[in-house]
Amino acid sequence: MTAEIALQINGMTKNFGGLKAIDRVDLTIPKGDRRLLLGPNGAGKTTLFNLITGDLKPTAGSVQLFGRDITGLASHHCAPLGLARTYQIITLFPKNTLAENVVLSLLGISPLRWSPISRIKGRKEFEERARAALKQVGLDAKADRPLGETSYGEKRRLEIALALAQNPSLLLLDEPLAGLSRQERLDVQALIESIPRDITLILIEHDMDVALALADSITVMYHGRVICEGDRAQVVADPRVKEIYLAS
Amino acid sequence: MTNTSRITTISVTLLILALAAPLLLGQPFYINIGSQVLIAAIFAMSLNILVGYGGMTSIGHAAYLGTSAYVVALLTLQHGFSFYSASAVALLVVVIMAAIFGAIALRGTGITFLMITLALGQTMWGVAFRWSDVTGGDNGLPDIKRPDLFGLNLVEPGLFYAVMIALFMVALAGMWIFIHSGLGLSLQGTRDQPRRMGMLGHHVWLVRWIAFIIAGFWAGVAGIAFIGYHGYIHPLSLGLANSAEVLLMVIAGGAGTLLGPVVGATIVVVLKMVVSAYVSRWVLLLGCTFVAIVILLPEGVVPGLERLLKSILPAARDDGEAGS
Repeated sequence: MTAEIALQINGMTKNFGGLKAIDRVDLTIPKGDRRLLLGPNGAGKTTLFNLITGDLKPTAGSVQLFGRDITGLASHHCAPLGLARTYQIITLFPKNTLAENVVLSLLGISPLRWSPISRIKGRKEFEERARAALKQVGLDAKADRPLGETSYGEKRRLEIALALAQNPSLLLLDEPLAGLSRQERLDVQALIESIPRDITLILIEHDMDVALALADSITVMYHGRVICEGDRAQVVADPRVKEIYLAS
Repeated sequence: MTNTSRITTISVTLLILALAAPLLLGQPFYINIGSQVLIAAIFAMSLNILVGYGGMTSIGHAAYLGTSAYVVALLTLQHGFSFYSASAVALLVVVIMAAIFGAIALRGTGITFLMITLALGQTMWGVAFRWSDVTGGDNGLPDIKRPDLFGLNLVEPGLFYAVMIALFMVALAGMWIFIHSGLGLSLQGTRDQPRRMGMLGHHVWLVRWIAFIIAGFWAGVAGIAFIGYHGYIHPLSLGLANSAEVLLMVIAGGAGTLLGPVVGATIVVVLKMVVSAYVSRWVLLLGCTFVAIVILLPEGVVPGLERLLKSILPAARDDGEAGS
């Protein structure tokens, strides 16, 4: 019996004019994997995320999510297929409370998002699930606070809550620790570790200690290409990785 | 009582007083101003869907009010329609028009969107102005009769005002329901974080397009009330000046608030009608008023006053259900 494949990328290429941002990338992520995408700035990690989620259209290549071809599919199709992501730059709703932020996430996979008459506030299924998602990231006590009254670290956790609320099968985390203090990093690390194992994770992160502790396997990218793949020992031992990433 | 519910009580009281004011003053002059304020308020509320809740600044919104009014005028004057059947056709026409114009304008966002709405609005103005065989050109279309309602003759200002209050209440309630609905929340989300909303499963373009059509529909309703009140339509009513004026109402009153456009419409219409009766340079006064609003309450009158009220009222902090 072969393990189920969560994400299969074949020959992915993205050109921005003359620049090859992504160059013939192949990637296979088995279900339940926790994959770390590593690479210096400009390696194409976030671009690869944008290609998977349909924010960008690939020049060539294909993406399959649990065996289903999603190449070039617009991003609003991702959530119903169980694909969620967070952003490197905080992308939250500043005029809303924390609970309302999560409700917008839940609404994205509910048919009620098309209703011009059904009142959402006060609906049990939304309120309870929003609170549950906030509890999962330790923000339930601040559910009714406006976003402006939360710290940067809390916003980072809310980013993850928005993604987790949709109960995705595959979760893309783009630098979930960016800009956090040491203590906040440990909190978010524990939070990511607590994500159920049946959610497949792909993680972009620069904090090597945390990232290597979290990941089952590592893919190293450089100048739009995958140059090395394997577990921690294999990657650290790879001479090309030493040359371009760890030694620099 | 929390501050939010205090502010709601204050708003409702003020709204009732404002609606009753023309009747208390008694003269037809003031009652007619009341009707015009309410028509402008419905118009401004419709634009607020785009500008306030959708973050799409349109400067061609008068095209929908004007087209709706022209359709009613043409059908009643030249094709023997009753006012009400003509109104139904007019709403259908503006909905189709908004669907087509929306699909074109939403190819852009921000300034691009604004410029396309301007171009489309001016196209409609051009049609009304140039196609004089049908629209009467610069002469406009006069003598549209005010209809009867349940056997009552609406030419009587008080009765017409009562109908406008009812229509305004329906529009206000419809707006309240919409902004709290799934689609309304989705629209407000696409205003603040379009990219994230897409990733969360919201179809950003389609949500905006539907909002554009809903805004066109309510502008069409305002157009029917407009032609019912004036009995006359001129190309100026669907031109840039009218589009800019309604945008000013929304922004001055407070975009993205339920009552902001109503307050904005009141300020503009009252200054225009009442003050112009006493002062010949009333436009100067209107300008000064807007300068004052921009300096003192830059977020608009309604959110600005809300902020001031919250700072005056005793500190009953709104924690919602936190900790419960």
